Amino acid sequence: MTTALKAQGLGKKYGRRWALTDCTLDVPAGRVVGLVGPNGAGKSTLLNLAVGMLTPTAGQIEMLGNPAGTTQQNKIGFVAQDTPTYARLSIADHLKLGARLNPGWDDSLAQARIQQLGLDLKQRAGKLSGGQRAQLALTLGVAKRPELLILDEPVAALDPLARREFLQDLMEAVTEHELSVILSSHLVSDVERSCDYLVVLVDSRVQVSGDIDTLLATHYRLVGPRREEKSMPQNQHVVSVSHTDRQSTYLIRTDEPVLDPAWTVSQLTLEDIVLAYMGRSTSAPQNNRPLLEVQR
Amino acid sequence: MIWLTWRQFRLQALMVGAAVAVLAVFLAVTGPGLSDDYDRYAGEFLKQIALERINGYLYVVGQVLVYAAPPVIGAFWGAPLIARELEAGTHRLVWNQSITRTRWLVAKLAITGVGAMAVTGLLSLAVTWWADPIDDAIGTGQASGVFNVPRLLPPVFGARGVVPIGYAAFAFALGVAVGLVVRRTVVAIAITLAAVIAVEVLSPLLLRPHLMTPVETTIVVTTENMRGFMLSGPEDTAEVTQIEAKLPGEGFWKLSEQTVNSAGQAPKTLPQWLAKCGPPPPNVAPDPSRPTLANCFQRLADEGYRQKITYHPANRFWDLQWREAGIFLLLAAGLTGFCFWRIRRDLT
Repeated sequence: MTTALKAQGLGKKYGRRWALTDCTLDVPAGRVVGLVGPNGAGKSTLLNLAVGMLTPTAGQIEMLGNPAGTTQQNKIGFVAQDTPTYARLSIADHLKLGARLNPGWDDSLAQARIQQLGLDLKQRAGKLSGGQRAQLALTLGVAKRPELLILDEPVAALDPLARREFLQDLMEAVTEHELSVILSSHLVSDVERSCDYLVVLVDSRVQVSGDIDTLLATHYRLVGPRREEKSMPQNQHVVSVSHTDRQSTYLIRTDEPVLDPAWTVSQLTLEDIVLAYMGRSTSAPQNNRPLLEVQR
Repeated sequence: MIWLTWRQFRLQALMVGAAVAVLAVFLAVTGPGLSDDYDRYAGEFLKQIALERINGYLYVVGQVLVYAAPPVIGAFWGAPLIARELEAGTHRLVWNQSITRTRWLVAKLAITGVGAMAVTGLLSLAVTWWADPIDDAIGTGQASGVFNVPRLLPPVFGARGVVPIGYAAFAFALGVAVGLVVRRTVVAIAITLAAVIAVEVLSPLLLRPHLMTPVETTIVVTTENMRGFMLSGPEDTAEVTQIEAKLPGEGFWKLSEQTVNSAGQAPKTLPQWLAKCGPPPPNVAPDPSRPTLANCFQRLADEGYRQKITYHPANRFWDLQWREAGIFLLLAAGLTGFCFWRIRRDLT
């Protein structure tokens, strides 16, 4: 098993609006994948397609080598957006639910996690805080012992502290059980903290995807005397550019070192890279959406 | 899945179950007594039991509960079954465990649906058993107080036998389907409640008469079998618009009645002279030349006028019961099929 998620020309249309278009992706297994994009970019659509909650309008999507949503529900765990739980059922009931509905259920793991979180088994899920509910949903996802765990904005509703704890917890579970993870977020910092692979989705299109270390190592900011885009070398792929009267700032991707002495070359942070790709999309002529809430 | 379904369903199940159990106890306690009285009083049975108020209450309450069960079950068991999951988003939790949506729905529908039919069936069985002596007595022409409607007639028919089971299955499936479409629990409950009550009201009017071809018969109206004589218009030019007669026998369900002439057609107006047959207007001196009603009916018969009546005879009770129950079970099956089809489509 080498791919966790493989999409070919994947598209999903709601009514007359495409929520996801021409998505081609090949995400390797064994990674913690961050799916980043502004709200409404199509992240949830992509993840729902991945777990078979939705069926594609166009293209195909394969999970762990099989078409999504067909078999192997036991191999993929899904923590849906807003981490839904049954408000009237207790935590113990939720664990029982997991045990009844999943052949591979790891009850000792589930019990241990709940204990570690300091939660009362008799408490109703409706009375839990947002963070605790997310933890319960994560427990259900992990104790199912899937090969791949998909989380749709699991931390969106959490405060910064709970967010950090949740992600830390997730990472512990990942290393302990050798899970592949796909995690979506509209915040780069979440991804930076926990993921090693990045997919940027803006306006229902995949802008860039790849290993985070590779992305960091192949993207540069070049600052130098004003220069037109046309005159840039072939092997330097321009992500974004801005000019003043005398100066140009380029953000480029290249596999080779930048040798031109006219440039002042600097490294980029992950956030710089993501923002550059998002900005590129929003400045494209076919769309006039305002820049989204990435800076929050 | 069985465990989860029961865990989510037990509260509603206990509430309805408790109500049915309470009624069942009352019926079980009083039922044998009724049956004894039936043997003891024979022709005076209904008059005797009407003296004890509890009998009338139980008769009416049982009837009301059997009619109430399908809408209540449809609205409070059926409608929230999926709508509540969709509303709270919990379908995204449960559909991502290791079982398919289809299996999930099979368990939910089977357990709750069979429960709905069983509860309504037990209720209807209890009421039918309890009221059997009463229905029997009414069927032989006795009547007293509230005990005066033969079991084939709409107010009673739907609260006896197997028809309530058909209604319950239909109401439950309708509730589930509506919930799946509107995806709002409260809205689904309201729609289901209204729709099932409408079906219970309209079925006797629009569906039941056509389940079997009615028997058609013509009889001569006489002073003995005359049940109605309707005049309209001012005194001098009054016209007889309608005459009603009673069929021989008891317990039938009359669907239509017309006065037809010798050619077999229903005339717009009946002969003018008939108007004089009615009782004389008050404060007018008796007129010896005024014909008696008996003379009038004799003349009407001689001129070839007959009462054309269509009806379902009393012995069709079970035929009509099975047919109506069958139709609603089929509708329930269709709605269930729709639910399975819909659940496999996109639902986020």
